[in-house]
Amino acid sequence: MADEIILLDFWPSMFGMKVRIALAEKGLKYEYRDEDLFNKGPLLLEMNPIHKKIPVLIHNGKPICESQIIVQYIDEVWKDKSPLLPSDPYHRAQARFWADYIDKKLHLLGQRLWRTKGEEQEANKEYIECLKLLEGELGDKPYFGGENFGFVDVNLMPYFSWLYVFEIAANFSIEAECPKLITWAKRCMEKESVSTSLPDRQKLYDFFLQLKKWHGIE
Amino acid sequence: MAEEVKLFRTWSSPFSLRIVWALKIKGVEYETIFEDLYDKSPSLLQYNPAHKKIPILVHSGKPIAESYVILEYIDETWKETPLLPEDPYERAMARFWAKFGDDKVLTSIVWGVFIKEGKEQEEAMVEAMKNLWLLEEELRGKKFFGGERIGFLDLALGWLANFISILEDVAGLKIVDEDKFPLLSAWMKDFADSPIIKDNWPPRDKMIAKFQALRDEKLAAAAAASK
Repeated sequence: MADEIILLDFWPSMFGMKVRIALAEKGLKYEYRDEDLFNKGPLLLEMNPIHKKIPVLIHNGKPICESQIIVQYIDEVWKDKSPLLPSDPYHRAQARFWADYIDKKLHLLGQRLWRTKGEEQEANKEYIECLKLLEGELGDKPYFGGENFGFVDVNLMPYFSWLYVFEIAANFSIEAECPKLITWAKRCMEKESVSTSLPDRQKLYDFFLQLKKWHGIE
Repeated sequence: MAEEVKLFRTWSSPFSLRIVWALKIKGVEYETIFEDLYDKSPSLLQYNPAHKKIPILVHSGKPIAESYVILEYIDETWKETPLLPEDPYERAMARFWAKFGDDKVLTSIVWGVFIKEGKEQEEAMVEAMKNLWLLEEELRGKKFFGGERIGFLDLALGWLANFISILEDVAGLKIVDEDKFPLLSAWMKDFADSPIIKDNWPPRDKMIAKFQALRDEKLAAAAAASK
């Protein structure tokens, strides 16, 4: 019997992108539904009543929420294809740690880049420091997962689709500061699972301008 | 050959306690290093440069940080007495509620209700009650969050079983009312009295003093800010 998979998502969401990439890596067919976050549909409210947020994966009628939890679930259920987490417990722990770091630090700092007035220099500096730490973790490996695209790669790539937006908005460039990450991002974008899961840059930038208006920021 | 296991912790951190419980439940021998967060050791800074926080588990010289990451590592390395369920959906649920416990329950109780007073505290209490009610519902039909025996989610939420009465004593109000939360109250008692758990709570008098100081400091800061 075929699995029924529905993804409740919102196309610019970095968290949604992680799930899209994971599903694509596993070669899974699913129904994608874009939610209107100003007018949340009944299915979203029913499937994630606690947080009322996307992404939500609905697998054979059962909902799973929180992007990292969803990606781990996908990896555990469809474990025979393209494993995202390594098999060794220590390396798994390191992958989970860095994915958590990305969600906690990078996400917060990314928001500070454009939401706080007068703190731009400081915010830029901290963001780049954060990226440098990640670049150190990548080292000379082709992917964070080593020879193969893995869990941390899935978690970080969505931020790179937004990085283009941040660089314009916050007037900085990471090319000089984190050249290895730029190379890594280009390598990841060559993968179909990644390129088909991330939105067009220009579309994202246009959305960002709209987002700024909603937040009352010039 | 015994592998060397070290745990960097503080005496009161609920995040550290999870790791103590997990290691003891699994029967893992380990060395404890108590840290002073106002004077962090070079080892702490070396083992967790990204966050500079505890707990940190160091296994055969290799460090792991972040309490839930450590718990999963312990569960995968020492396989007896499993903490997480086997089924992927059940595992996802345990992880979801553990995250909810830290992000919402702990935040709304400690950084909401506990450090506030008056109208602000009343408002924070509404949020805290909503969150606790969700945990109450999650316990329906179960003795522990893990089912018949203690599991990952019990360790994640376990701080409630001891910290709540301390916070209630210091702030002078009831947070988990037995009439409103019969299942949660029963779980708190069962968990707190369980073997291993009951022998590893931090000293109550020290906790009362610590949390009194925290509340005093936060209320004073709030009063100063509003002048």
